[in-house]
Amino acid sequence: MDYTALKAAHTLLKEYAYDLGTIERGYTNRTLYINLDDNTVKEKPVSEMMKKKFIGGKGFGLRLLWDAVTPTTKWNDPENELIISPGPIAGITQYSGTGKSLVVTLSPMTDIVIDSNVGGYFGPYLKFSGFDAIEIQGKAKKDVIIAIDGVEGRVTIEEAPDEPLDSHVLAEALTNMYAADADDRRNVAVVSAGSAADYCGIGMLNFSLFDVQRQEIRMKQAGRGGTGRVLRDKKIKAIVCRSPQLKGDMNNVVDMDAIKERGKRFNREIREFDDVQCRMRKVGTAHLMEIMDEYDLLPTHNFKFGNHPDIGRIDSHVWEDRFTPRSSDGCWYGCTMACAKVAEDFTVTTGPYKGDNVLVDGPEYESAAGLGPNIGVFDPDIILELNFYCDTYGLDTISFGTLTAFAMECYGMGILNKERTGGLELTFGNGQAALELIHQMSRGEGFGLIAGQGVRKMKRYFAEKGWGDPQIMQDIGMENKGLEYSQYVSKESLAQQGGYAMTNKGPQHDEAWLIFMDMVNKQIPTFEDKAEALHYFPMFRTWFGLMGLCKLPWNDVEPENNAETDEPAKVPEHVDNYVTIYNAVTGSHIDKQEMIRQSERVYNFQRIFNIRMGAGLRANDAQPYRAAGPVTAEEYESRADRYDKQLKDVLGLDPAAMTIEEKMAATRTYREDQYEKLLDAVYERRGWTPGGVPTIEHLKKIGMDLPELIEVVKPLLEK
Amino acid sequence: MSGTITVNRETMEWRPGMTVADILEERRYTFKMLVIRVNGTLIKKDRWPDAAVPEGADVQVLHLMSGG
Ligand code: SF4
Repeated sequence: MDYTALKAAHTLLKEYAYDLGTIERGYTNRTLYINLDDNTVKEKPVSEMMKKKFIGGKGFGLRLLWDAVTPTTKWNDPENELIISPGPIAGITQYSGTGKSLVVTLSPMTDIVIDSNVGGYFGPYLKFSGFDAIEIQGKAKKDVIIAIDGVEGRVTIEEAPDEPLDSHVLAEALTNMYAADADDRRNVAVVSAGSAADYCGIGMLNFSLFDVQRQEIRMKQAGRGGTGRVLRDKKIKAIVCRSPQLKGDMNNVVDMDAIKERGKRFNREIREFDDVQCRMRKVGTAHLMEIMDEYDLLPTHNFKFGNHPDIGRIDSHVWEDRFTPRSSDGCWYGCTMACAKVAEDFTVTTGPYKGDNVLVDGPEYESAAGLGPNIGVFDPDIILELNFYCDTYGLDTISFGTLTAFAMECYGMGILNKERTGGLELTFGNGQAALELIHQMSRGEGFGLIAGQGVRKMKRYFAEKGWGDPQIMQDIGMENKGLEYSQYVSKESLAQQGGYAMTNKGPQHDEAWLIFMDMVNKQIPTFEDKAEALHYFPMFRTWFGLMGLCKLPWNDVEPENNAETDEPAKVPEHVDNYVTIYNAVTGSHIDKQEMIRQSERVYNFQRIFNIRMGAGLRANDAQPYRAAGPVTAEEYESRADRYDKQLKDVLGLDPAAMTIEEKMAATRTYREDQYEKLLDAVYERRGWTPGGVPTIEHLKKIGMDLPELIEVVKPLLEK
Repeated sequence: MSGTITVNRETMEWRPGMTVADILEERRYTFKMLVIRVNGTLIKKDRWPDAAVPEGADVQVLHLMSGG
């Protein structure tokens, strides 16, 4: 590609010079605001109050977005913002998993706030270039690139007509274009979407990193909720950041020795235990494939089943053979867990890149499960090709998997047929049809355009056309709040049903993954136990998003003596590492209770933000029945022992004397009632009303009784 | 004659000489990050193959979270 020619075609719309500034204790103390309506660029100070209440990362994103939108703002209104913020810890390199940033925007999928935690170098580089967040409002008239040069102290908005949209080629072009020389490519990070994000609500963002060992550009994804669609709706082709050269202490932390000591301890654990625990360095999260299958949790055929006899064709050993592990498999410097695996030299067989040898980032567990068993595909080559195209076209693998699985089940039920799909034979296992679907999404045509808006909109569309019974589509359509479920079967874990459907942003497992605790260990048998877990874990895990941290080093390896601690599921030593590191970076003196409080403030803020946007109430936490129990007779029969036992032991019924319809109905009534009771218990534990509204007393207790929040909840509390 | 034990709050058949490793095999607990207590006493991993489980024992096999 001729980068010089591409660059020569740019038109400079705005140039803004700024002082490089300093980073103190993890903060630059300013954010960068850009409005593409009129090409405004300005710096905004970060107040002490903002740092205290909102911390950084997702907290900063939520605060800035709240101030930018009104209750009636839609995702594609110019005032919606796309915000990217690392957190105060982001950018240290002495502990694993410390280079994340959070993307926050109003989602085209849910019409409420989406937040997505992503690796790659952009977040830390943005901070090293002088900003704790970038906030982009407005819409450009033609395709633009926003470039932040943290070496020169310059922000530019450039019309960029000629670059291709697909991320694997675009990121390479821009890395080369904005780097001063070949060596400088490591200092350039690109955020981009892909051609399908021009059309599909499930459009995501790729965050690049330059892999020095491979001399290749790789990408990590902010997958959930349509952040890429928002980027493209603003006509942004890419955001590029060129950072000063990385040094040991870019954050100017208060106590580097303390961080190093924790880092060394953690690295020893990785060296000694990773090979016998999760094998993250060898195969990444794909190690979960056969485990989830064994425990009946691997979504198969649209979450109908939890395992499949062909699992051996796509289990972790298959991926281990495909991957070429290197020590540089971290998505930020210093991550010794290095789980971001790569399949090199993969030959593409379909679409515009047919015949190319490409590098595929992944698949991670979620992608392998969603693009594999959930759509009935057990061919690793198809999974890799779908993964490659999802990434480069800018599509969320999780949503793509779940929505394709839904369409395939609809096809099997006759809700869809060849005529309605424009010739696509969407049967489970038809990988070629899934590939054609993805190419249609990138072209914005055919059934791909309909499917690319997600399960919720498909349900509505099919119902409007009179193609199927809305109730059955509601039952099997695996979405909540408009977002597709991530790839775990929650049917047998009531706590996980809450862990999915009671989330702020929609059913992503990054708030709580409680299936083992609940279903296997039977550790949280009562509603109060489950409510406690659904308080602690979502609050704890929110904290990663405030800091710019990755969750995986928390519990995908454990210290040798973890079993001897009071609460091994919390991995107390790692929690202590995080508290220590936060204090060492910022000079604060928090303890593990205050850590939860920090999250609680932001978590409740987000809940009230949802309420302000017309959601965030009990009705919005409802789940599709497939998440809780068997929708079809086939599904019931596949686990008849389990369901019959529940009827007998728990409900005192005699399954032998009941028809399958009666058994399914009794199971459903019971399970739906259990979920309602869970909602009651969790809301109470979280300090919310039975309607799901945070009370003023609770907001006072946690120090989040801001007037703008009270204004939203008060009318609801008075009802 | 065999009695029973409790594993993660569920009743399971017991047989003389039963070890922790036998339980893991029978229950198909293949996950690697486990914390196991027999009657409240922690059994370290290197002892799983030969740690005998007495009749009537209350066995806890805690699977720690990962992935997710
Ligand atoms: S553990 Fe994996 S996902 Fe997390 S920072 Fe390290 S490489 Fe990235």
